[in-house]
Amino acid sequence: MATRLDRADVVVVGLGGAGGVAVEPLAAAGLNVVGLEAGTRLGPRDFAPDELRNNFRGWPQAAQKCNREIPVHRPSASAPDNPRGSIHVMMNGVGGTTLHYWAQSWRLNPWDFKVVSETTRRYGAGRVPRGSTVEDWPFGLEELEPYYDEVERAVGVSGQAGNVKGVIDARGNIFEGARERAYPMPPLRGTEFTDVMANAAQRLGWHPFPGPAAVNSETYDGRSACLYHGFCNRGGCHVSAKNSTAVSTIPRAERSGKLAIVTEAHVTRIDVDGDGRAAGVQYLKGGETYIQPASVVLLAGYTYENARLLLLSTSAAFPSGLANNHGQVGRHYFTHNQAGGVLALFPRKLNRWYGLPAQGVAVDNFADDNFDHSDLDFIGGGNLWVYSDQRPIAAASMPTFGRAPRWGSRWKSFVMENADRWVNSYLQKTTLPYEDNYLDLHPTVKDPLGDPVIRITADHKDNEKRVAAYIQDKMEQWFLEAGAVATVRQPFGTMGVSTHAYGGTRMGDDPATNVIDRWGFCHEVPNLGVLGASVMGTSGARNPTLTAQALAWRTAEHLAADWRSIAG
Amino acid sequence: MKRRWSRREMLRRSAALGDVVAVPANVLAQAANAAPYVNLSAAEAATLEALVARLIPSDANGPGALEAGAARYIDGALANAVAAQRPAYAAGLAALDAYARSRAGGSFAALPPERQDELIGDLEENRATGFAPSSSAFFELVLGHTLEGTFGDPHYGGNQDFIGWELIGYPGLRLAVTAEQQRMDAKLEPLRSSAYDHTQFDEHTTAGERDGD
Repeated sequence: MATRLDRADVVVVGLGGAGGVAVEPLAAAGLNVVGLEAGTRLGPRDFAPDELRNNFRGWPQAAQKCNREIPVHRPSASAPDNPRGSIHVMMNGVGGTTLHYWAQSWRLNPWDFKVVSETTRRYGAGRVPRGSTVEDWPFGLEELEPYYDEVERAVGVSGQAGNVKGVIDARGNIFEGARERAYPMPPLRGTEFTDVMANAAQRLGWHPFPGPAAVNSETYDGRSACLYHGFCNRGGCHVSAKNSTAVSTIPRAERSGKLAIVTEAHVTRIDVDGDGRAAGVQYLKGGETYIQPASVVLLAGYTYENARLLLLSTSAAFPSGLANNHGQVGRHYFTHNQAGGVLALFPRKLNRWYGLPAQGVAVDNFADDNFDHSDLDFIGGGNLWVYSDQRPIAAASMPTFGRAPRWGSRWKSFVMENADRWVNSYLQKTTLPYEDNYLDLHPTVKDPLGDPVIRITADHKDNEKRVAAYIQDKMEQWFLEAGAVATVRQPFGTMGVSTHAYGGTRMGDDPATNVIDRWGFCHEVPNLGVLGASVMGTSGARNPTLTAQALAWRTAEHLAADWRSIAG
Repeated sequence: MKRRWSRREMLRRSAALGDVVAVPANVLAQAANAAPYVNLSAAEAATLEALVARLIPSDANGPGALEAGAARYIDGALANAVAAQRPAYAAGLAALDAYARSRAGGSFAALPPERQDELIGDLEENRATGFAPSSSAFFELVLGHTLEGTFGDPHYGGNQDFIGWELIGYPGLRLAVTAEQQRMDAKLEPLRSSAYDHTQFDEHTTAGERDGD
């Protein structure tokens, strides 16, 4: 027997990066908010520097819901399923994956909002790859700028501005769009090694700069500065210097008295009323079913969860899934091509044992449309990122650059000399959405509740492969200029489960091709909002979280400002 | 998760029992390595020990995976974190022994190191027969876990006496790191502790107790 709870103004499904920021403006506006989170609360005692648990075992004590519903991937509709992974990439918990993410907090570049029109304007019609469903966003960077600014301060982002009100500052990213003001904190410090890389980039005529991070470079809002201890990569911060929503926006919303958080609440369905409006949600907690009525539902899970919950929530008004009468839920799905890195071997020790993946040096010269594509056979590009971050198991798992076998005495001798002489790079590349890359419900694979998991049907296309090869060329050139004696290119892989998954509930003005409108609410269900990277129609060449957070803040502010018309 | 006997734990136990505390590290490692296996049979353990001893051998450059306790780390992990791989270990270790008998006329553990290395090369190159789904998959499985058991936090039973961290020159856990300590030529004193020697951390979440709802 389900327990029917008191009605909330807003129920937020998921208190991660997106839902966790949305609750602050909602609570500040005086709305009664219920936040449902599948995980528990985690704190500094849980954030041990434990490489095995954090990086190899996927936080088994915490990531339970996502591990029960890991998507199944197949590269195309005619291909068999790939073996299903055993560890999900995301985190359940108050704060979600912002607890253990890399915390790189980028704004998108102006081009990312206008891929179709800018490509056509600069290179003529026909340069957008065939089969791509990419559209311009319904607005440009200038619309999102105030919300980026708001979130950079609410969460706490360190960085070096490259363009304040049109004034270019070469210490930052000269390709970024105009911002109203600088970051609230200076950038994280570099290391001697990242300085070596920055100098090499300058010799090549490129424009290196420190990347932005939701990590404190100095004391911020009462929280410690970063201590650079080396376990930030998939690890939580023992001094709360990583600005997850669990230590920034969520506590403020709770202190207002307007946010009630329910942990270990697994939302199973979104309910609709007789008029086809969202009525609330059902969730399981401790084996009991609860019904949480609400005037407005904000769906704020990860990309796979958002599409899945809509597709599972069928009704007479929405027989193929909620807000899916146009068949767009699950469409326009893509992930960053995060594979295809370049590794380099140096002739001396680099001392990368400490630091964090956000402590690094970026080059944006070959990202987006920051360079001339007239004579190239692709659009878009990639951001190059080199950083100080290495732990012992990963170090010992290093490639041998063709100089030693992978085991035995010769291997042992090789890693003794070289475990601290190699470095990886992180190359985020433009990925476009395509007609035949999509999410749906798997026909047979189910979670323990009997609900189907998400099936990913997706693979990289020619444009993405060409971008990846071009970016690897640039990264090799950069490493060699910095003194590397050998490089290795990693394979591009396929489009399986990713930490940078986009689409499935794309934002746009046309309901025929987009699930949500320009404010973040479903075209078909006006009191149901969707938060997260699932609403983004392009990826840019950089981490999605800050953009998802800016969009979430904007949707929440819009809801509060326009409450009567949305809540009905 | 069940704790394996780490060196520190053995020290604690020794102290609790009123034993002499100053037991030499090599004696402790031998004692830990003499305890019975929990999950693997004696035959499986013998084959696995011989295998990890060749993947990261003890040689002129110092002790290897066996001395670090990698086989015991795997044995412990098969009870929990990698329990799903228990059938793969059972099948793979049996297949390796059968392959050794067919190719070299003896159990894998009893072969001389050079012959063992030839057979491991067959696994890696996926030339060995009798494995499902493949001998290279079994090789990758064991190699990955051997690296974990040699270079992981000793809390989990491997990396005894910090053999792995010494091998690659890891300077150890530091909860705060200065700019100077990140210089390429920094001379860092090796610090040798498990994450859970730092009493500010719990392995398991205690969130349920802290949760207000």
